[in-house]
Amino acid sequence: MSGLAFLIPIALGLGMLGLAAFFWAMKRGQFEDLDGAAQRILIDDEEDER
Amino acid sequence: MNAPLALDTQGSMPLRDSRFTVPGMRCAGCISKIERGLAKLEGVDAARVNFSAKRVAVRHHARLGEDDLVEAIAAIGFEAQSVADNPMARDDRESAALMRALAVAGFGMMNIMLLSVSVWSGAEGVTRDLFHWLSAMIALPVVAYAGRPFFASAAMALRHRRTNMDVPISIGVLLATGLSLYETIAGTGHAYFDSAVMLLFFLLAGRALDATMRNRTRAGIGALLSRMGRSAMVLDESGAHRTVAAEDLERGMLMIVAAGEALAADGVIEEGETTLDNAMLTGESAPQAARVGDTVYAGAINLGNAVRVRVTEAASDTALAGIARLMDEAGQSRSHYVRIADRASRLYAPAVHSLALLAFAGWMIAGAGWYQSLVIAIAVLIITCPCAMGLAVPAAQVVASGALAKNGLLVKDGSALERLAEIDTALFDKTGTLTVGEPVPALGHLTDRQAAIALALARTSRHPLSKSITRALEGRGVQPVDLSSVQETGGNGVSAVFGGIAVALTRPDTDGFRIATGLRIGDEVTNIAFDDPVRHDAQATLDELAAAGIESAVVSGDRAGPVSAVAGDLGLEWKAELHPDAKLAHIEKLKSAGHHPLMVGDGINDGPALAAAHASIAPGSASDVSQQAADAVFLGRSLRPVVLAVRVARRTMRIVRQNFTFAIVYNVFAVPLALAGLVTPLIAAVAMSLSSLVVVGNSLRLARAAQ
Repeated sequence: MSGLAFLIPIALGLGMLGLAAFFWAMKRGQFEDLDGAAQRILIDDEEDER
Repeated sequence: MNAPLALDTQGSMPLRDSRFTVPGMRCAGCISKIERGLAKLEGVDAARVNFSAKRVAVRHHARLGEDDLVEAIAAIGFEAQSVADNPMARDDRESAALMRALAVAGFGMMNIMLLSVSVWSGAEGVTRDLFHWLSAMIALPVVAYAGRPFFASAAMALRHRRTNMDVPISIGVLLATGLSLYETIAGTGHAYFDSAVMLLFFLLAGRALDATMRNRTRAGIGALLSRMGRSAMVLDESGAHRTVAAEDLERGMLMIVAAGEALAADGVIEEGETTLDNAMLTGESAPQAARVGDTVYAGAINLGNAVRVRVTEAASDTALAGIARLMDEAGQSRSHYVRIADRASRLYAPAVHSLALLAFAGWMIAGAGWYQSLVIAIAVLIITCPCAMGLAVPAAQVVASGALAKNGLLVKDGSALERLAEIDTALFDKTGTLTVGEPVPALGHLTDRQAAIALALARTSRHPLSKSITRALEGRGVQPVDLSSVQETGGNGVSAVFGGIAVALTRPDTDGFRIATGLRIGDEVTNIAFDDPVRHDAQATLDELAAAGIESAVVSGDRAGPVSAVAGDLGLEWKAELHPDAKLAHIEKLKSAGHHPLMVGDGINDGPALAAAHASIAPGSASDVSQQAADAVFLGRSLRPVVLAVRVARRTMRIVRQNFTFAIVYNVFAVPLALAGLVTPLIAAVAMSLSSLVVVGNSLRLARAAQ
């Protein structure tokens, strides 16, 4: 039973961490352009090749 | 990789942010082309594309105007339109708030579930109490935070002595939380924090989804109505000029409107004489003359000379802003969401409340004890929450409007989809509806030399006729000649010198009925006539309509000759030289014969017919009257959105009927079980959430219906 004293705070802490990460990501505008993020990976870094 | 390209050459010049919609973006290549192309432009600090919203945000030096940027984007190969300062900011905030509430509810739900599962699987005594206390500590802040959207809406409804969908939800959640808290303090062994939080989570998921769809639909309307001038040159009494932003203009100010500028406010011309492009308000592509004493409206583009205009209405009082507001109100799917949901819950919510009350009273009389009676009442309240019923129509309509908006058709009203689905006859106006409504020059008779000179002249001017000549000639690969001493005199065209000969694009030498311009080289004048071609996919669209069992016909106010030519080409029946009231009478006749006519038209003369028809669609180039009267507006040069609208509307109604059937079947089974006390609040919350999700999921199938 004493394991609970550790496990529950850990579970809650991890959950809070995830929640905080999500809030941070929303604030930073990570979800503003989801389709764009998918497309940008295809852009070549070197400009002058074409 | 897409790092902003900094330019220090301008040093301390103030920077400005402008936004543009670029509907033509389709791929990664477009993103990099636009961002890099703009970044190379002198005076541009950074450009960032938002692909999902099809928008570009540009940070640039103040001396670079929005028009220059639009032209720069056009040179890269995309059509762009500037948008007012993030009109969607408010909606974005709302949906961001919903997302945050959803995240909090999700966090709470998972952790409480974890604890609940241990309790169900047999935790006893102190452990169980500890878990209940933990659940309470998680649930109370979570309910307080995540429940706000519902509590606020319910409180608003109650203040107005009405009831809506959020009232039973709020009561259910608060009762379940309050009862569980009491249980936890008393230590009697039952808690329903999991039910309350799970209910909130699933409801928020539905709301967040709805908000996202709504924002996408509204983005299109914003783009359509963003053509008003952003600022104006104002002359004060001392004779000094200064630039004033459109929203700071006041009645009585004197604006100087240069050639090529869009008017930023309504007013009366005090000095000067010019021609205006009023297409935004009237849908007429031909320029209109305006002289001293004439009233001019914001959004009109000055094609001729600089004029002085005394402001009569500014900022949000302009005719254009009024239209924008009306369209916005009509286009807000939120309004029909709430309307339909409220109509349903006006009857349904009181029934639910009394049913829950009856359940409580009934079980009390049956001697079940107040605690058990209350639990059953909560289960009834939650399980009968009219969400599935309330979502049946709006979910389908919102998804369908979103799918159509992506294809260039903006549906202004949810009920429009219902009516569009019932269409069996379609009537088309000719000019601007079957045809593009924009002048396209006939250039076949020009020699290569003439074409090269015409292009060189037209390139220097912003007049719409010049622009269309430029587009057409550049499309044919004509190389412009080099001109010297180019001059543009408002109302008189462009003149220049080429190899010692005076050349000009000016008024035609005949004063015919059609729109034309004259190309003068030396003393010789060649006329360039402008045609209004039929939309390229008109035939395909009409064939598809016919295949869907819809008869089409042309009703036009134009003369019989041109109308029969267009109608003959497309194989349609036609009626010409119809006055607005004759069009109206034609529609009434069809309606009294039991038909459901669809009217597609753009002119002011179509207004009454658009309003009277069973359903109506107007092109984006239409006059304000038509756009307001119409149920839907389509953008671009394609006519296909019309047939898409009908097809998607029919699919939508099929889905709506499925949703209703499902919601009714669900209630028929669930309510008796809940009344009989066979359902705990947790199962009720799961069942209710599932029923809502089934309805939303079924509606989501429409997202691909428009392809």
